[in-house]
Amino acid sequence: MALPNKPLGELDAVVNPEIKEHECDVLIIGGGMAACGTAFEINKWAPDDMKILLCDKAAVERSGAVAQGLSAINTYIGENPIENYVKMVRNDLMGVVREDLIYDLGRHVDESVKLFEEWGLPIWKKDADGETLDGSKPAATLREGGTPVRTGKWQIMINGESYKRIVAEPAKTALGTDNIMERIFIVKLLLDKNKANQIAGAVGFSTRENCVHVFKCKTAMVACGGAVNIFRPRSTGEGKGRAWYPVWNAGSTYTMCAQIGATLTMMENRFTPARFKDGYGPVGAWFLLFKAKVQNGLGEFFANSDSVKDELGKFMPYGASPVTPTCLRNHLMINELKEGRGPIFMATDVALNAFLDAKRAAGMDEKAVKKYWKHLESEAWEDFLDMSVGQAGLWAGANVEPEKIGSEIMPTEPYMLGSHSGCCGIWCSGPDEDWVPTVDGTRAHQYKWGYNRMTTVDGLFTSGDGVGASGHKFSSGAHAEGRMCAKQMVKYCRDNAGFTPELAQTPQELADEIYAPVKLYQEFVGASTSANVNPNYCKPAGIMMRLMKATDEYGGGVATYYMTSGKLLGICMDLLQLLREDAAKMGAGDLHELMRCWENYHRIWCVEAHIRHILFREESRYPGFYYRSDFPKVDDENWKCFVNSTFDPATQEWKCEKVKCINIIETDPWL
Amino acid sequence: MPSYVDPEKCDGCKGGDKTACMYICPNDLMVLNKEEMKAYNQEPDACWECYSCVKICPQGAIMVRGYDDFVPMGGQVHPVMGTEDIMWTVKFRNGNIKRFKFPIRTTAEGASNAYLDQKGASLDDECLLLESNLPTPK
Repeated sequence: MALPNKPLGELDAVVNPEIKEHECDVLIIGGGMAACGTAFEINKWAPDDMKILLCDKAAVERSGAVAQGLSAINTYIGENPIENYVKMVRNDLMGVVREDLIYDLGRHVDESVKLFEEWGLPIWKKDADGETLDGSKPAATLREGGTPVRTGKWQIMINGESYKRIVAEPAKTALGTDNIMERIFIVKLLLDKNKANQIAGAVGFSTRENCVHVFKCKTAMVACGGAVNIFRPRSTGEGKGRAWYPVWNAGSTYTMCAQIGATLTMMENRFTPARFKDGYGPVGAWFLLFKAKVQNGLGEFFANSDSVKDELGKFMPYGASPVTPTCLRNHLMINELKEGRGPIFMATDVALNAFLDAKRAAGMDEKAVKKYWKHLESEAWEDFLDMSVGQAGLWAGANVEPEKIGSEIMPTEPYMLGSHSGCCGIWCSGPDEDWVPTVDGTRAHQYKWGYNRMTTVDGLFTSGDGVGASGHKFSSGAHAEGRMCAKQMVKYCRDNAGFTPELAQTPQELADEIYAPVKLYQEFVGASTSANVNPNYCKPAGIMMRLMKATDEYGGGVATYYMTSGKLLGICMDLLQLLREDAAKMGAGDLHELMRCWENYHRIWCVEAHIRHILFREESRYPGFYYRSDFPKVDDENWKCFVNSTFDPATQEWKCEKVKCINIIETDPWL
Repeated sequence: MPSYVDPEKCDGCKGGDKTACMYICPNDLMVLNKEEMKAYNQEPDACWECYSCVKICPQGAIMVRGYDDFVPMGGQVHPVMGTEDIMWTVKFRNGNIKRFKFPIRTTAEGASNAYLDQKGASLDDECLLLESNLPTPK
């Protein structure tokens, strides 16, 4: 048996990788729903000689948050006024959102959903009698006026196991497979050498061969998802892979854009969804489709109690909505848990049996009830099997049948994202139209500067989880937003035809920086009989655990029921400073580990932005997501505003500032 | 619930240039050991259990075993992919079995319309392909 002081994995990293240089007009970074939207849309606008490349860390067929599939599309406007969509998002995110971006998304999103259906995504429909048809049954399409199965006002049900494959296919066809580079992890964006505040390229590396790829581009779109494994998860063994959001999202979007000076917004926002405990299966269909309710440990359905109504009354106008904002729903649940009235159970048994009892009461015979039950049971399991198979596996292992026993639900560890029920991200221009407010000041205060979804850096666009202060896009909205960027990037190229990008660093300098963990590893691996324990370098797995421990204990993680304070945040910042210094000493023996090193750089940076923002905002805007014990209230008088932060790449300094939040949609009535 | 590979069934995709599981894994977990010509999951605690590798494996060699820090042993969830449907078998710890079949797409693979020949009208408004007369807020 050889000593364990050699690289793990199968693809050893070498000290001097090959370097390949590429030139293009448009660079798409990411391969999820948003990037697929861009890839599909862009050739509708681009001249034939425009060079467009897409780089994905994984394979487009199954990359991003929809890799596993989904059981619902959560944003389909349909028969609703778009204004009501804006009001819903505004209320759910406690009033501080960019209404221009949300309205704009609302007017494009349905077209993406109609395309998905046309491409082959099965969408559930209602037949003439109001009964549910699954998506494979003949029915009028959405474009033809078919009626989707609504669960809430905005959600529609799908058979979505192959959702991502279906959306990826026309994206790849439209862009051409020669223009798609998979397994290339872009890790840094590059500014132009001559023109200030202008994107000029990006650099990354292959996770399949020892090769660094350097790109020059005139414009780029970054959509690499949100951030996961940034707070210590409730499951710290094998189960830490069962993150609620895709475990491969490492905050790359926020970090890469921030590092070249793109202004961030609402980075204090986070999402700690309440999900089925451990398996993190979705609860939306259980609440909305099956009308299930939650019980506390005393068996009380606490959601409608007088004390809950009083509690919600403290958060007006947000607490008054028919659908309580997501963070406040968590807040109520956390109150139960802190008072010792846990565990919280989703009464799946009560809900499912209520359907059967209703059928019996309506005169259905037992044979027909049995057939109806088969259908209902299948719908219940499909919800997990389409998008969270691990939850089905947990039920199978624990002998849980949902009609017989309820299942525990629990708020998860925090995540950062901008497309689900969260809104951290990058400050972007809205559409260049009259109804979008004109504001004086720097771009960090403006709402529009010529190119929709362009960040404050010229030529740099983002979409999906990247665009801040505009949540509730979900899969369909991310795709639509990617499509918007496509057109805007072509316009940017047309308007800046004279621009020729030039990089400040040489390809060799960039390669040396990216492969630094490999060099460190190779230099020192012989200093210990075990590759993982070495005084000269640290491994990325350990650095990630160190980050998660710091955030959990000081940044308001599950350890403290999401409670933090100025004092604790100060300690967290000190720990992050040490962590950043030590992250420069990460060592990587193989290409997979090199990927993990760069993911950690990205995680640490975006978490630092998160902590800075929470420190700056002296209130608790999102009770249930996090609390500041020193400023425990929602303070609309002083803090109904955006917090924007900008890192200056020249001075290496951060600046946090308050930015005016302007209502575009009527505020009376609020909903 | 990390994936694992049955060595009896895995053939390393016969040494082709694209090992299916390695091609598809969104988190770069599946790797091929070229000496043995067998694949394995190199980082089980980073497995999202998305089943992409299970679904794509041409040999049906990849299964999933529940996360050992919270899933009691003995259950198994396994799919078989068709062109239009997916068949799931859910085996419980107590031996009970449930089977489900769900549609996955309504068109033939490769048949989606990429609108290759269509061009948008004006770069200077906000309309995307197939859109016109965009509303503005009331």
